[in-house]
Amino acid sequence: MTEKNRLRSLSILLISVWLVLFVLIPNLMILVLSILTRDESQFYRWEYTWENYQRLFDPVYLQVFLHSLWMAVVTTLLCLLLAYPFAYFVAQAPKRWRNLLLLLVIIPFWTNSLIRTYAIKVILGTKGLLNTVLLELGLIETPLRLLYTETAVILGLTYLLLPFMILPLFAVLEKIDPNLNEAAADLGANAWKRFWRITVPLSLPGVIAGSLMVLLPALGMFYISDILGGAKNLVVGNIIKSQFLDARDWPFGSAASVTLTVVMALMLFAYYRVSRNQNRELIDR
Amino acid sequence: MTRILRQGYLALIYLFLYIPIGVLILFSFNESRYTHQWTGWSLKWYESLANNTMLIDAAINSLLVAVVAATLATMIGTLTAVGLYRYRFRGKQALTSLLFVVMMSPDIVMAISLLALFLTLGIALGFWSLLIAHITFCLPFVVITVYSRLRGFNPHLIDAAKDLGASEFQAFWRVIVPLAAPAILAGWLLSFTLSLDDVIVSFFVTGPGFEILPLKIYSMVRLGVKPEVNALATVLFVISLVLVITSQLLLKEKR
Repeated sequence: MTEKNRLRSLSILLISVWLVLFVLIPNLMILVLSILTRDESQFYRWEYTWENYQRLFDPVYLQVFLHSLWMAVVTTLLCLLLAYPFAYFVAQAPKRWRNLLLLLVIIPFWTNSLIRTYAIKVILGTKGLLNTVLLELGLIETPLRLLYTETAVILGLTYLLLPFMILPLFAVLEKIDPNLNEAAADLGANAWKRFWRITVPLSLPGVIAGSLMVLLPALGMFYISDILGGAKNLVVGNIIKSQFLDARDWPFGSAASVTLTVVMALMLFAYYRVSRNQNRELIDR
Repeated sequence: MTRILRQGYLALIYLFLYIPIGVLILFSFNESRYTHQWTGWSLKWYESLANNTMLIDAAINSLLVAVVAATLATMIGTLTAVGLYRYRFRGKQALTSLLFVVMMSPDIVMAISLLALFLTLGIALGFWSLLIAHITFCLPFVVITVYSRLRGFNPHLIDAAKDLGASEFQAFWRVIVPLAAPAILAGWLLSFTLSLDDVIVSFFVTGPGFEILPLKIYSMVRLGVKPEVNALATVLFVISLVLVITSQLLLKEKR
């Protein structure tokens, strides 16, 4: 074997083996597990069944799924609403400032997420900072119950995931050619029209990428709902976690996990279609 | 006027991002154990942190896993990026798709699939299972960081080296690796951070014999507010500050 071939085989072989062993096989195992039958002593029995998927429609679980999806969607919209103007202003800031402004977004993103969740808990608690301040100011008479509510979970998710929305939005907004806006202005489009007809359509891939990067983790982050949400505000991740670690119902947990993956894949596919269509439209123009 | 509005908006978002961290840092120096009263400056929570051997052991375990996982993920990831950049081969598309799957799959899905694998193969949950899992979720980030750097430089450099008689390995060591060094280091730092920060995957694939910091923090903050955690948060924040700034400087250099 020549030398060139050795480096080539090494680089390809190493990653292929790793991915097959630790990504492909485990994922296939979950797929198979999801149609097997639960067994008290051995986790599962080789008896095929669709019952695990049917059980997902059991009102108890369906409700958690829908509620989790609802909280994730609200979080995504909130992040989009906060992040879009932010990313837009940063993209238009003078170039020498831009790096610093972005760095300030990246720092929290690199800071331990449990610590940041805990910070939200400290602020929202009955004797937390927010209540103390509001009481001192005389704005409220009794402490507000903020912790262990849906609002707390959504706030925590938004706080943790906001950088994931800002960064992809910034990446697309920064690339928009300012000449396009100038040309439109010359042709008589006002600022509002320019924003809706140029900036928004061109930033769509960033909007979708950012939304996926917020929505998908928001469905799985069980520790946020554990710390901030109380028993009524669970996410899909809590169900999967409890099936694997507490209830020991692996097949059902697997079915929930496969469903989550399928939902994710569908959304990624939609993203792929939109961004491809947009590229084509730009070329056609 | 609009400029003031813009700057005001930016400031509001930064406040939202930094107030919670700032509150933890401030209260880590508070004498009282409650966050609703300030009774004076004190370093006692840092002291009790320094004396908490369980937390320190967990921190050492976490650092060990993070360093080894980041190093191995960087080695494998760099080789992969070079392979993807230099060679055409069958299954390249499948390989990049799998890397993409790793990056996009929800942590919890990866966590249970690895748990199922480890228990089926009879791999004990602890250091090794944790290491494998952490390398796996760090890999795509290293590949992307290094690959985008490789795409940025002149391919003729490698051709030139080969024309001058460099072997494939020499071209790799003497040309590609030095040129990509900042990205390789940045990939290492990102992996290190991802490993230290991970809660979900670690929660499933570690065993009671091998405690790590995030899980220790998790069990502490689930039950209530502990001022020691404030001190720990401050220490971790300073560490991540240093790491981010280093990695940004590395990626900016010579771009």
